[in-house]
Amino acid sequence: MTDSKYFTTTKKGEIFELKAELNSDKKEKKKEAVKKVIASMTVGKDVSALFPDVVNCMQTDNLELKKLVYLYLMNYAKSQPDMAIMAVNTFVKDCEDPNPLIRALAVRTMGCIRVDKITEYLCEPLRKCLKDEDPYVRKTAAVCVAKLHDINAQLVEDQGFLDTLKDLISDSNPMVVANAVAALSEIAESHPNSNLLDLNPQTINKLLTALNECTEWGQIFILDCLANYTPRDDRESQSICERVTPRLSHANSAVVLSAVKVLMKFMEMLPKDLDYYGTLLKKLAPPLVTLLSAEPELQYVALRNINLIVQKRPEILKHEMKVFFVKYNDPIYVKLEKLDIMIRLASQANIAQVLAELKEYATEVDVDFVRKAVRAIGRCAIKVEQSAERCVSTLLDLIQTKVNYVVQEAIVVIKDIFRKYPNKYESVIATLCENLDSLDEPEARAAMIWIVGEYAERIDNADELLESFLEGFHDESTQVQLQLLTAIVKLFLKKPTETQELVQQVLSLATQDSDNPDLRDRGYIYWRLLSTDPVAAKEVVLAEKPLISEETDLIEPTLLEELICHIGTLASVYHKPPSAFVEGSRGVQHKRLPARAGSGESAESPDVGQSGPAEAPPAVIPSQGDLLGDLLNLDLAPPTATIPSVQPSMQMGAMDLLGGGLDSLMGDESDTLGGDIGGSPSMGAGLGAAPAAMPAALGSAPAVGGGLGDLFDLGGGVGMPTGAYVAPKTVWLPAMKAKGLEISGTFARRGGIIQMDLSLTNKAMSVMTDFAIQFNRNSFGLAPAGPLQVLTPLSPNQTIDVSLPLSTSGPVMKMEPLNNLQVAVKNNIDVFYFSCQYPLSLLFVEDGKMERQVFLATWKDIPNDNEAQFQIKDIHLNSDAASNKLQGSNIFTIAKRTVEGQDMLYQSVKLTNAIWVLAEMRIQTGNPNYTLSIKCRAPEVSQFVYQCYELVLKN
Amino acid sequence: MNRWKVSDCHIANGEYCLKTLIKTAVYSLFLINNAGDLFLEKHWKSVISRSVCDYFFEAREKAVEPDNVPPVIRTPHHYLINIYREKIFFVSVIQTEVPPLFVIEFLHRVAETFQDYFGECSETTIKDNVVIVYELLEEMLDNGFPLATESNILKELIRPPTILRTMVNTITGSSNVGETLPTGQLSTIPWRRAGVKYTNNEAYFDVVEEIDAILDKSGTTVFAEIQGVIDACVKLSGMPDLTLSFMNPRLLDDVSFHPCVRYKRWESERVISFIPPDGNFQLMSYHISAQNLVAIPVYVKQNISFFETGSSGRLDITVGPKQTMGKTVECLVVTVHMPKVVLSANLNATQGTYNYDPVTKILVWDIGKLNSQKLPNLKGSLSLQSGAPKPEENPSLNIDLKIQQLAISGLKVNRLDMYGEKYKPFKGVKYVTKAGKFQVRT
Repeated sequence: MTDSKYFTTTKKGEIFELKAELNSDKKEKKKEAVKKVIASMTVGKDVSALFPDVVNCMQTDNLELKKLVYLYLMNYAKSQPDMAIMAVNTFVKDCEDPNPLIRALAVRTMGCIRVDKITEYLCEPLRKCLKDEDPYVRKTAAVCVAKLHDINAQLVEDQGFLDTLKDLISDSNPMVVANAVAALSEIAESHPNSNLLDLNPQTINKLLTALNECTEWGQIFILDCLANYTPRDDRESQSICERVTPRLSHANSAVVLSAVKVLMKFMEMLPKDLDYYGTLLKKLAPPLVTLLSAEPELQYVALRNINLIVQKRPEILKHEMKVFFVKYNDPIYVKLEKLDIMIRLASQANIAQVLAELKEYATEVDVDFVRKAVRAIGRCAIKVEQSAERCVSTLLDLIQTKVNYVVQEAIVVIKDIFRKYPNKYESVIATLCENLDSLDEPEARAAMIWIVGEYAERIDNADELLESFLEGFHDESTQVQLQLLTAIVKLFLKKPTETQELVQQVLSLATQDSDNPDLRDRGYIYWRLLSTDPVAAKEVVLAEKPLISEETDLIEPTLLEELICHIGTLASVYHKPPSAFVEGSRGVQHKRLPARAGSGESAESPDVGQSGPAEAPPAVIPSQGDLLGDLLNLDLAPPTATIPSVQPSMQMGAMDLLGGGLDSLMGDESDTLGGDIGGSPSMGAGLGAAPAAMPAALGSAPAVGGGLGDLFDLGGGVGMPTGAYVAPKTVWLPAMKAKGLEISGTFARRGGIIQMDLSLTNKAMSVMTDFAIQFNRNSFGLAPAGPLQVLTPLSPNQTIDVSLPLSTSGPVMKMEPLNNLQVAVKNNIDVFYFSCQYPLSLLFVEDGKMERQVFLATWKDIPNDNEAQFQIKDIHLNSDAASNKLQGSNIFTIAKRTVEGQDMLYQSVKLTNAIWVLAEMRIQTGNPNYTLSIKCRAPEVSQFVYQCYELVLKN
Repeated sequence: MNRWKVSDCHIANGEYCLKTLIKTAVYSLFLINNAGDLFLEKHWKSVISRSVCDYFFEAREKAVEPDNVPPVIRTPHHYLINIYREKIFFVSVIQTEVPPLFVIEFLHRVAETFQDYFGECSETTIKDNVVIVYELLEEMLDNGFPLATESNILKELIRPPTILRTMVNTITGSSNVGETLPTGQLSTIPWRRAGVKYTNNEAYFDVVEEIDAILDKSGTTVFAEIQGVIDACVKLSGMPDLTLSFMNPRLLDDVSFHPCVRYKRWESERVISFIPPDGNFQLMSYHISAQNLVAIPVYVKQNISFFETGSSGRLDITVGPKQTMGKTVECLVVTVHMPKVVLSANLNATQGTYNYDPVTKILVWDIGKLNSQKLPNLKGSLSLQSGAPKPEENPSLNIDLKIQQLAISGLKVNRLDMYGEKYKPFKGVKYVTKAGKFQVRT
């Protein structure tokens, strides 16, 4: 008898019958009934109506029955929360059972029941189980904390389960350690800034010890956790690598790949001349090769990751070309990946072999694969110059086969070869022209047309060829139409006499009969050029083209670095940044490879590596789509175009109209409209014509403070101010988010002028120009007081430092947090958004010293409810030094009183928007902790003023 | 209002986002047969509607062949990671960033466990044992964390069905669920249970090597490598500590071990030292790569050609021994994947039998033992669809073979020593070489 009997039904109504059986007195019948219920569940039938009857069977001594009921509960508790409460008592009782198996089972199941009411009852049993004498129970309980955290994070924190969990990292049993690590990593992922998994050399050591003894799955958790650690120096790095290397011989491929991730990351820190570095490189190759003999699904994931590894460190697999040769019975997804890697590994040394293989593949059955193989031949030609000739002749052989799609692919790649090696292989054009008629794909047609246009002077019947395309002009795709337009203009410029009619024809087709704006625009441009200045037209259209680069599909270096840190994850399979896989920016922390010790090789600026944990990562505004609406508000004029004092008031008005109008139009639901507006070139063009030069209007902004005289009023008895503290630059806009533009910066107040100090770094591979900046409305009306002065183009890997003066007369809107500033930066590539927070001390004006009498009166006048008290810890300054330091940041000491060994400083601060802040600071001799009381009519600023105190005093 | 407020939209720039950040690996598992019927579902968190599988069906249809379904499929809110084993798709639903290999390895483990429990992993056996399947899945994964995947631990928790037990259970009402905590579960050797007892103590090792190779038209090796495994069947009482050594361990530079093997000793002494699991297990696998000389046991002389006119072609294949190290090649089979236009084959085999399947376009020539005195030959004509053009692609040949008592790499076990127990076990080593993915291009 088999379980299939549980599927048979009778006419009477299954549920009804099951109900009766569940309530039977006979144990055996009950169990059989529960089994039938479970069987129905497995095929997706809804048996939730039986909830009370099944739960009734829960109190039993029969373990199998208990397990089955638990299985049922997990599936349906959520839909029957009130009923689920009935089960709680049994759970609590089971958590005390002498049999550890039952204790663990109970705590495990309770965690899976996602019902708030039950969660509360779970806490006590869970606490006991976390300290259970049996490791099996402890390990199950550790996972349960993560489950509970998912349901109610606050509860877990309040109950102190996180600390208990952290203690479990030091448990004597490796399986408990592994599960604790897994649970903590899971929790930490939803709290990116919490220091849950505090990795230090001691915990790392514990993890490495547990690594050797826990199960394969536990090893994966631990290795993934290790990968987040940054060793202090190369020695620690090496010792971790040494202890991780044995994992490369594990039978579980996920363990192997996680180990590869750790090694790839930590290797970055090892000096290259170290013997161990070479040894490690050699050790990495065999396990990667072994992954390729596993099941095809595993191979696929491995290949996607090898693709990254090969780009980062080609030396590891350079001798292993042959393992990537395609077998005819590989699944197609494996074939395509192998091909990709073959091209990456192609070099002068192995090119002959590679070409022979590719030629073989080009005769295979699978069309996609054949196409890619043909394309690969072209890429080889471009990559390895010595092989170009052989590649071209191979391609010609393939064209001779006359297989339609092979010919088309071949022509597309030959076009690229022409561009890479001009004036070398043009002799083959004749052969290509023979196949003109068989081309039916847009890309191939466009490529062929390009070739004809480019070499029109060498093709006798070029005009005839192009004319033949012209007949069905309107049926062609845009790609072909554009190419045809350009090619005929080229032809005309080369052979003006015979082709005048042709060019007239194409121009009128493009401009008058087409409704594609791109095509029309290009047509008009050519028309205008040709009719006004044919010489200029020649210079423009027949200009020398830049050579195409060798590898066109390399992953951008910053993304590659990040992906290397994520080897083995979905991100590495899709070659997309990990932030694309989680919602919003919450929890996304960009991982970087660590810098190599003592060598200047690292591309990172020192700020990045050392930005301490105290600084929260800048809150990057996550997705671009939502923000597209604001693109329209950005000052689109390049900096050179802003000429000050040209009717500033009018332009301001225009700007506001535009901004406000669009605002009301789009409101906050810009996500529905945003995409359309951003994507439409005509709209963009229309707005581009109205460059609202707001910064220009503020050109003379700095004199905001007014009474500069007060600057010289250096309160009596207090020494010279030491100058305002300026925080080091932090990265506000990572290059990842901004197509290679990295922006780091800080704020400073110098001589009464607020400045935003920016470092712009170009981490992309092309030059950046046309920078402009704009702020969103903010709490204190900060706005650029001039254009962003980046006059020279920013070439790749170059960094430029700019100081942008700011005014405080911009539009005001309260932000959350108060000191949040949202910034948009534009360059020739795109518009990028980020947000940063400025210290409030930026806004403390120089004439912020209050009269003593006024101070006293104001202090009394402000209601006590507005008073806020703060502790400033660990300051080792005497009161004079402290007030001296504070004065540097425009926090003025008005009076000082000493009562019983306690210094009381009375201080005042004035903000740019004329808000006064009054403070009393108490300093006890010998006590490093100061007490600060702040009173202000706008109590929400107190918190930020306190932060400034702390910042100034601690630096 | 803050104009730059980030809206709650899930899709920005066509990027798909995931709902939560919780790292639960596998949310749900669906088993789907070759015909596209979903016949089992298991959810570990909340129930995910089976409509999510529509994305899988779409990909399945696109792939034509079941083997070509991409292993990772992206849907707006989930990722589907699937494997195809024994004509069943194991489709898992994940919702967050987890290592895909982790999931794939786990799915393989599930398939292996079914195989182990029910003798075969098929729709029928799974349906017949659906309750055990459910109990097993629950035992193997908790909240996305694999729990017990070692077969011997599972077997203590949930007893595999036997005809006898099913009958006894029906009569006495006892259950197939273990009542006590498995002994191996938390020891440092989780793969072995305590108190194993045998009357006959024996340990057998099978060294199995597969040759993966591609030969080109002229018979030159384009690529060749050996995939080797050592399968063990160890039935020893108590806690035996074994050491296996090789005559020529230097051959092995790329190895993967069962977790029981002490890696340190392998690194320092090149011996395999381990406390074995009870029963059948794979001790190690190794890989001898293309750089080393891989012996190719047979050669194939072939000529398959199609005529420009007349809708016909010719086929002539001869197989002969090459480097067989003096052993006999057995179970020799040649498989040819013909172009689609080939309708039938009229051939003559000097040895063995041939069969051409006009639906799958596969020609199988089962030769059997290779006789080096009189080489087997298959010769004759092929008829094509009339009017069809000469096929473009070249058919490709696949070779299957077996050589007993030989590890083609030359690997030899030196000795097996046992410590920790007093009795004298019976020991045995067997060698066999097979063709893996052995392909001859034409």
